[in-house]
Amino acid sequence: MVTLTLPDAAAPTEGAGAEAAGTSTIDLGTAPVRELNQALHDAVDGQSWTVTSPGGRHSLAVGITADIDVAIEGHAGYYAAGMHQKGSVTITGNAGVGLAENIMSGTVHVTGDASQSAAATGHGGLVVIDGNAGARCGISMKGVDIVVGGSIGHMSAFMAQAGRLVVCGDAGDALGDSIYEARIYVRGSVASLGADCIEKPMTPEHLDELAGLLAAAGRTDSPADFKRYGSARKLYHFNVHNSTSY
Amino acid sequence: MTLPPVQQDAPAHIPAPHAPAPNTAESGLRESATFDRATIADIQRAAATGVYDIRGWGAKRKVPHFDDLLFLGASMSRYPLEGYREKCDTDVVLGDRHASRPLHLQTPVTIAGMSFGALSANAKEALGRGASEVGTSTTTGDGGMTPEERGQSRHLVYQYLPSRYGMNPDDLRKADAIEIVLGQGAKPGGGGMLLGQKITERVAGMRTLPVGIDQRSASRHPDWTGPDDLEIKIGELREITDWRTPVYVKIGASRPYYDTALAVKSGADVVVVDGMQGGTAATQQVFIENVGIPTLAAIPQAVQALQELGVHRKVQLIVSGGIRTGADVAKALALGADAVAIGTAALIALGDNDPRYAADYSALGSAAGFYDDFQDGRDPAGITTQDPDLALRLDPVAGGRRLANYLRVLTMEAQTIARACGKSHLHNLEPEDLVALTIEASAMARVPLAGTSWIPGAG
Ligand SMILES: Cc1cc2nc3c(=O)[nH]c(=O)nc-3n(C[C@H](O)[C@H](O)[C@H](O)COP(=O)(O)O)c2cc1C
Repeated sequence: MVTLTLPDAAAPTEGAGAEAAGTSTIDLGTAPVRELNQALHDAVDGQSWTVTSPGGRHSLAVGITADIDVAIEGHAGYYAAGMHQKGSVTITGNAGVGLAENIMSGTVHVTGDASQSAAATGHGGLVVIDGNAGARCGISMKGVDIVVGGSIGHMSAFMAQAGRLVVCGDAGDALGDSIYEARIYVRGSVASLGADCIEKPMTPEHLDELAGLLAAAGRTDSPADFKRYGSARKLYHFNVHNSTSY
Repeated sequence: MTLPPVQQDAPAHIPAPHAPAPNTAESGLRESATFDRATIADIQRAAATGVYDIRGWGAKRKVPHFDDLLFLGASMSRYPLEGYREKCDTDVVLGDRHASRPLHLQTPVTIAGMSFGALSANAKEALGRGASEVGTSTTTGDGGMTPEERGQSRHLVYQYLPSRYGMNPDDLRKADAIEIVLGQGAKPGGGGMLLGQKITERVAGMRTLPVGIDQRSASRHPDWTGPDDLEIKIGELREITDWRTPVYVKIGASRPYYDTALAVKSGADVVVVDGMQGGTAATQQVFIENVGIPTLAAIPQAVQALQELGVHRKVQLIVSGGIRTGADVAKALALGADAVAIGTAALIALGDNDPRYAADYSALGSAAGFYDDFQDGRDPAGITTQDPDLALRLDPVAGGRRLANYLRVLTMEAQTIARACGKSHLHNLEPEDLVALTIEASAMARVPLAGTSWIPGAG
């Protein structure tokens, strides 16, 4: 179960350390996911948590509202850090479908690969994937920033509304299909662009923005090597003559 | 009816549905049953504009419906309850399968999901007021939760849609139930739609979209497909809400037997089945009229799935699509629903299609009783609009009172029928209380044709 030194539960033994709370460990080899999430929902700002033996379980560390740091040591299943709102979640391993879906703010970092629909519909915050991401990365993104160290799969940034997607490797087919106001930066090749997505010029403003995102993700890639993509804004209104564009 | 920029070219082709029919028979004119005047006008409109017709409301064609069923009142073999003296309860608990805080409603008539965006903020507030006054729930829609509706709704269901517009975990936690929307009866397989004239700054801000664009939302959820994924998704929503909040799954009726079974398997607390007559704010007419099955046909299929899985009355069934009267409510419940939801009828109770705006409807090429251009944003009754001046025409307090009145009437009418059938709770109504007037209704509802013991297709 919870083999932890919960500072508030264990009361005075730790003393009122400068470290706000110490680190608590939850071992998912024995504790159910429910126990982990309840503990994180009850957590207070400044605490640190380590999750061991995640074993690819789903819905790990979802719905966090306190400014805490969570370290998941191993692979996570679907919806890891879903609807994240504050603090950081770091997954040392791979993540399944819907990593950090609908993230509002805070940071989620995966050291390995992420499956489909990473950061789907995210409204804010930063999602960093050191490895590759599968199909539909950033689908319907609404303000989140995503930095992928490797490549991303097809239909990524589909209907992307706002936010920035940075890809240090290559992008799959139909990138940015039906994109709205999100910005996409890709260093490598793009297999194909989706409907209404076009390459756009890199101005100093964009190079600056990209440099900031790369730095936030702890990367050293040069912004000058990237190309920018975004909406041609031709499908914003119904038009008879667009019927073959979709 | 059509998109405004195009409409300007084509007013001549818009039929005046209230115009008197010419004296056809005497003058030897014969209208074609295949190419009737509405069909001819549709072809002319399509030829003139090159765009399909988008409108609100639901299917207007005639389909087998609750009108084709009758109740067998009690007499000798069963005895009735005293009309005004003996108790007939109407309350319903929704979502007690897995959620620690199920909803307990005083009437089984709930308000269906209609978005702020499709409806004005005043209309949303009025729906909340009316529903709260009689102890029932109201539902958000494709566009997020407004403070107006949260503030005025005692029981608020939060829709979780493919677009995830305005989807916010704080609102999720504020909700009394979560409704995962897979589809709508008016358009099973279709996504949402909100045309530019309704995407004002506030609506655009809530949806993170540019002001004034024609929004077409996704028809599939972005981070799950199929029942195995849905089960995991429901698990995530439960974890985020600490297993307090009931989770509904809403489907548009097309294959309700399988969809209901799969929703149960995925862990839903409540299944919402919306038949093809169900209303919409904006959908292609060809979609509204030709996709999905009637509410009447959907209920027995959904109930069968629940019964076979041993969860009928444990996983509650909410039915919508064409509910207008207490008789409709009673019939839906007798066929096995636990509750119903109303959309169109609630808007009418607020003031939609009110004859006092006859002149305004006429100016739009429509008439009171025919108006269905909810997509257009120029609703004379101030309900399906974002125009601040039009929206002022609906007083949310007065509108809420009218809705509460109407909900009370629906409940009392259903009670009247239930007592006549000898039932002390609306949920004691059963298929045995019903017969069908037509062979079609008999086959769909799976109750015998009146005066016979025959159910086409049974056994
Ligand atoms: C104006 C309007 C807006 C609607 N918006 C939504 C919506 O956002 N999400 C949804 O699931 N259904 C929506 N619906 C469908 C209703 O939730 C409900 O399924 C339908 O209205 C029930 O049928 P009825 O209108 O015959 O009562 C809308 C319906 C109307 C009339």
